[in-house]
Amino acid sequence: MIWESWSAFWSMGGRGFFVWGSYGALLIAVIAELIALKRARKRALACAEDSHDA
Amino acid sequence: MARTEQQSNDRFNGKWFWRYASPAAFYPVAGTIEKLCWFLAISLTIVGLYIGFFRAPTDATQGEVYRVIYIHVPAAWMAMVIYLAMAFWCAIGLAFGTRLSFMMSHALAPTGAIMAAISLWTGALWGRPTWGTYWVWDARLTSTLILFFLYVGYIALAAAFDDKKKGDRASALIALIGAVNVPIIYFSVQWWNTLHQGASVRPGGSSMATIMLTAMMIMAFAFWAYCIAVAMNRLRTQIIERERSAAWIQSSVRK
Repeated sequence: MIWESWSAFWSMGGRGFFVWGSYGALLIAVIAELIALKRARKRALACAEDSHDA
Repeated sequence: MARTEQQSNDRFNGKWFWRYASPAAFYPVAGTIEKLCWFLAISLTIVGLYIGFFRAPTDATQGEVYRVIYIHVPAAWMAMVIYLAMAFWCAIGLAFGTRLSFMMSHALAPTGAIMAAISLWTGALWGRPTWGTYWVWDARLTSTLILFFLYVGYIALAAAFDDKKKGDRASALIALIGAVNVPIIYFSVQWWNTLHQGASVRPGGSSMATIMLTAMMIMAFAFWAYCIAVAMNRLRTQIIERERSAAWIQSSVRK
C-alpha cells in the first residue's frame, strides 16, 4: 500500500477534485452509454414484433 | 438461424469471408465477441486501476494528478482509432456495397464521440493544476475538439435521411474526409509548438516509468475491449432494426 490512509487516497495529494472529476465523468459516461444501449435494444425488439404483427 | 438469409447471398457463395458480411451470419458472432470483450474489459480495468492507484508511485514533478493519464491517454487513443475504423468500414461499404460495413461504422460512432469527449474533459481537469488553465486553443486540443464535432456531424447526418442508404453514403463522406484530421491530431505535438506535452509513448520507446506505463497499457487494452463490446452490442441492435422484416429475425424475436 503506497497510501498512508484511505483519506490520503481520496484526497490525492490535494488534487482529488481533478482526479475524481475525471474518473467520475468516465463512470457517468459509461453508465449512460449502457442505459442507452439497453433502451435501443428494447425499442428495436418492440419494432420487430410490431412489423411481424402487421 | 442463418439459413433463410442465404438465398439472398448467393452471389457471395464460395468465399467464407463474404458469408460474414451478411448481417444474419454475423449476428451470433457479434454476440460471442461482445461477451468475450466484456470479460476482458472488466478484468483488465480491475488489474489496471489496481496497479495504477496502489502500485504506481507518486509522480516526481506532477504529484498525484498524473493518475488521470490511465484514462486520458487510452480515451484519446480510442477516439482516434475508432474514427479510422469508421473511415475504413465506410470505404469498404462504398466500394463493395456491403450493408454490414455501414452498420459497423454507425455502431462505432457514438462510442468514438464519448471517447473524444472524455479525452477533452479529463485533459481539461489535468491541464488546470499542471498548466494553470482548463483550456487553450493550441493545435492538439483544437484538433481533438474538431474530432469530437466530426463524430457529432457524422451521427447527425446518418440520422437525417429517411432513406437509410442515402444516410449511409452521406455520412461515409464525413468519415472519409474527416479522417485527415486524425494524423493532424497525432503529429500536432511535433509539428507545432503546443502546451500539450509530447508523446510519452511512441513506437520504439517510452519516457514513462515502467510501472506507470504497465498500468496505462493495461487500461488501454481495457478501453479497446470496452469499445468493441459496446460497438458489437450496438451493431446487433442495428441488425434487428434494419433486418426486422427478415424471417430469421422474426423467428429469434418470437421465441
